[in-house]
Amino acid sequence: MSAKTAIASIVLAGALSSALATLASAGPLTEGEKAAAKAAHKEKCFGVALKGQNDCAAGPGTTCQGTSTVDFQSNSWKFVQHGTCASIELPNGKHGSLTAM
Amino acid sequence: MTRDLTAHPNREAFPPRFPAHPVAGLAGTSFKPAHLQAILAGPRPRGFFEIHAENYMGAGGPPHRALETLRRDHAVSLHGVCLSIGAPQPLDKAHLARFRALVRRWEPALVSEHLAWSTHGTTYFNDLLPLPLTEATLAVVCDHIDEVQEAIGRRLLLENPSTYVLYRESTMSETDFLHTVTRRTGCGLLLDVNNVFVSATNHGFSPLAYLADVPLASVGEIHLAGHTQQSDDEGDPLLIDSHDRPVADAVWTLFESVIARAGPIPTLIEWDSEIPEWPRLEAEAAAAQAILDRAGAPAGRADAA
Amino acid sequence: MRPDPLPPTSGATYAADFSAALLDPGRETPPLVSGPASKAAAKRYAVYRNNVTVSLIDALAAVYPAVQRITGVEFFRAMARFHIRETPPASPLLIEYGRDFPAFIARYEYAEGMPWLADTARIERAWLDAYHAADATALAASDLASVPAERLGGLVLAPHPATRIVRSRFAAATIFAANRAAAPVGSIDAGEAEDALITRPELDVVVRRLAPGEAVFLSALCAGRPLGEAAGAALEAHPDFDIAAGLATLIESGACAPAKPGETP
Repeated sequence: MSAKTAIASIVLAGALSSALATLASAGPLTEGEKAAAKAAHKEKCFGVALKGQNDCAAGPGTTCQGTSTVDFQSNSWKFVQHGTCASIELPNGKHGSLTAM
Repeated sequence: MTRDLTAHPNREAFPPRFPAHPVAGLAGTSFKPAHLQAILAGPRPRGFFEIHAENYMGAGGPPHRALETLRRDHAVSLHGVCLSIGAPQPLDKAHLARFRALVRRWEPALVSEHLAWSTHGTTYFNDLLPLPLTEATLAVVCDHIDEVQEAIGRRLLLENPSTYVLYRESTMSETDFLHTVTRRTGCGLLLDVNNVFVSATNHGFSPLAYLADVPLASVGEIHLAGHTQQSDDEGDPLLIDSHDRPVADAVWTLFESVIARAGPIPTLIEWDSEIPEWPRLEAEAAAAQAILDRAGAPAGRADAA
Repeated sequence: MRPDPLPPTSGATYAADFSAALLDPGRETPPLVSGPASKAAAKRYAVYRNNVTVSLIDALAAVYPAVQRITGVEFFRAMARFHIRETPPASPLLIEYGRDFPAFIARYEYAEGMPWLADTARIERAWLDAYHAADATALAASDLASVPAERLGGLVLAPHPATRIVRSRFAAATIFAANRAAAPVGSIDAGEAEDALITRPELDVVVRRLAPGEAVFLSALCAGRPLGEAAGAALEAHPDFDIAAGLATLIESGACAPAKPGETP
C-alpha cells in the first residue's frame, strides 16, 4: 500500500506540537497527578497491568531433567469446559466454545 | 593435543568485565530468575550459580539484565543443554557460535555440556538422548569436544547422563568411554552423582564401582539433584532424573565418598521442576557446603579458577 | 533451514533409529535399545517419549499462558500435543518455538468455536519476541521536538527491535489482557476489531490497543517510510486517524527508535 498523499511537514509540525503538549500536560507534577496519570495510562495500556508478570511469564526454559508427569500417549482429551472461553462473546451472540471431539 | 585449555586466551583482546569470583571448594545452585529478589534481599550467598546457556541466547531483555546483576557478585557456571555433542551429525555451527558468545559475554568460571544428543536432522527433541558407546561414537564425541573447546578457547566439562535404556551395539562401559574422552581431548568431567545413582539403579550396576572407575582427577564440577521412582516393564525400579525434589539420602552418601577421596570439588544443586522458595534451595546448597568444608582446603582444580 | 542436514559420520544410524518413534506413540520401541541383561525396553523408551512430549507441551504452555487459560489445561495440552507431532522444534532455542502455533490454532477443528483464539496467540508470541528482543533506546519526545519543522515530512525512523503489531478482526488485545491478568475474566465482546501494539522500550513488555489508523501509521514508520507518507497512508486507510494522537502514541509507546546517523534525510 503506497500513500497517494504525503502529509505536509507544516501539518505534521502542528500535530506534533499538540502531541507534545498533550504529553507534557500529562507529565506528572504532584503525587496525586502522578497517580491519576498512572491510572489513565493503565486504562489505555494493558501492559502496565502485566508488569509483575515479566519475571514469571518469561517463556519456556530448557530442561536437562526428565519429567515424572506421564502425558505422551493419548490422542484424545476429555471434554471439560475449564477455561474462560465461555465468557467471551462472539458477534452473533454466541459464546466461545470448545468443539467436542 | 597439548593446548593449555585452562588459560583464557585473548585476555588482552577481551578484558574481563566482571570480577573473577572463586568457585573452588564452593557449593552453588541452579539460578532461577524467580529467586533473584530473594537472593539479593538475603545475606550474600558464598557459592556460585549455574545457568542453562540456551536460556540466555535471546538478544536482550530481562534475562540478561538479571544475569548482569547476579554475575557482579557471583561466579557463574555456564551449562549447555542443546549442543548435541553425542549426535552423529556435525555440530550446529550457528548454535556453537551463540555458545561461544555467551562464554565471552559472561566469563563463566565453569563451562559444561552433556554426553548426549538432542538434535537429529533439523529436529530438536528437547531431551538428553542416549548414544551407543562404541569406538565410532567415541571418535565423533572427541571431534565434537575438540571443536567446542577450539571455539570457546576453554576447557569443557562433559557431564555423565542419566539413562533409561542401553544400546545393544555398545562395546564399552561409560567410565571407559569418559576416560578416553578426557585423555584424547583434554576436557574435564562434570560428575553428576545423581545421574550415576539413577543409571546404576536402572541398569543394575554398582554406583560405587562406577565412582571407583571414573577418572576423578578430571572432575571439575559435581551435580546433585533429586530423582523420582517409577517402574520398568518387569516391575523393577526405574529412576527418573526429575530435578523436582531434594537430593536423595543415597546420593548424599555417594557424594560424601567422592569428596572424601577427591577433595572439595565445586558442587551444584540442580532443581528445575516444582521449584521451591529460595531458602529451601539454599539449604540444600548449605548441606553440600558443609560436606565440602569438612573435606578441608580446596584442592587445586584446573577449572576452579 | 540449514542446508544438507547430515552427512552421517561413521555410518551411524542410531539417531535416526532412536528418534523415529519419539513423537509417534503408535510405533514400536526401536529394537536397538534394551534394558540391562536384554530386559524389555518399552517402558524405558517411553521415558524419552514422555520427556520430549511433556517438555514441548510445557514449552508451548509457557509461551501461550492466556490461550491455556481460555481453553483450560486439558484442551490446551491435547491441542499442543497435536501441534508438536506435526511441527516439532527446528531450532534448539526453545524461545523460538511455537511460531507456527497460532496458524495451527486457526485451522484446528476443535477450536472453531473460538475464532479469536489464533490472534490472541499471535499477541502472546509477539509478547515473548519483545521480551527477548535486543535492548535499544526508544525515540524520545525530544528527538522529535528537535527536528526542524520543515523536515518533519521526510523524517525517517528505525523500528525498535522489540516492536510488534498484531491486527485482529476480533478483540484479541482485550482477550489477551484479561487472560494474562490474575483477576477473574468478566464478559468480553469479541466482536470489536482491535489492533495491538507490543513494545518493550525498557525492561517491561507493554501491550496497547491502537486507535484507528495507528497500526498503519506505526507499521509504515517501522518499515522505514517517511513520517509524511506514513501519516498519509494512515489517513487513507482510516479517515478518522488523528495525527496528533498517533504522534503521541509513537512517543509514549517507544515503538520506534531514532534513525541511525546518516539515515536521517
